Amino acid sequence: MSLPPGTPVRVKDDWPEARGPVHIRTPHYVRGRRGEVVRHLGDFPNPEDLAFARPAPERALYHVAFRPTDLFPDATGDDLVIEIFEHWLEVGA
Amino acid sequence: MNLVQVDSARLLAIVTDMLAEQGIVSRAEIAERMEITDRASPELGARMVAKAWREPEFRALMVADGSAAAESVGIRMRGLPPLGVLENRPGHHHVVVCTLCSCYPRAVLGYPPFWFKSTAYRARTVRDPRGVLAEWGTALPADTKVTVVDSTADYRWMVLPTRPEGTQDWSEEDLAALVREGDMIGVTVPRGPAISC
Repeated sequence: MSLPPGTPVRVKDDWPEARGPVHIRTPHYVRGRRGEVVRHLGDFPNPEDLAFARPAPERALYHVAFRPTDLFPDATGDDLVIEIFEHWLEVGA
Repeated sequence: MNLVQVDSARLLAIVTDMLAEQGIVSRAEIAERMEITDRASPELGARMVAKAWREPEFRALMVADGSAAAESVGIRMRGLPPLGVLENRPGHHHVVVCTLCSCYPRAVLGYPPFWFKSTAYRARTVRDPRGVLAEWGTALPADTKVTVVDSTADYRWMVLPTRPEGTQDWSEEDLAALVREGDMIGVTVPRGPAISC
């Protein structure tokens, strides 16, 4: 069951880098920030496992839109869209 | 002797043999992939853009499924990350960046330009896209919406720019010649024909 477009989400404020070697595709600058699902892009093997040759279950990948000024106070764009995996998203938070 | 000191051609041969022996990938498959990668260039993406400008059906396919559109013009996409196409329209501009590394739609644009991989481009584009565009000489109307697409995971993104004025009767070949690498990343927009008098 994938999240419909427009779903408000929050990126987890999690920093696995602090706990050991990782390969993470969620940029630091959106951790803990709120955005909105643009659309479900498909399901892909979790890169966090792939990078370490572990079994990599498929995870839903979303395009999530953020308001740039929520990320950078002096941002000059109108919209910032990023691919984020489902396990990094908290719904409605 | 450590890995750095090993003759690189010999090391490559050993690794290649091991991959083939274990049935992971054959020498022929590696050679084929190298050839495709070396051959890819922005001209492929430009051809797709020109075709999309002339053919509404192809445009619709390209926006809905970039990989299928690329395959339909003979670009091999099998085994590659899906190609996403960001459609610019009057009033809405897209610019692509990969803040984490240098994710790039190599199948249709070739190797990424050096500046795409620079920390300056990556750090500044997400924060100050209008400033970056201005430095490229790209002047957008103030009310044009600027969407930054940070390519962070399994997709590879290219921009489908807007067709310049004054190109109504142009052939696909002539249109493709207008489209530059930067236009498909979104740092520039295609320049129309020079007005001569």
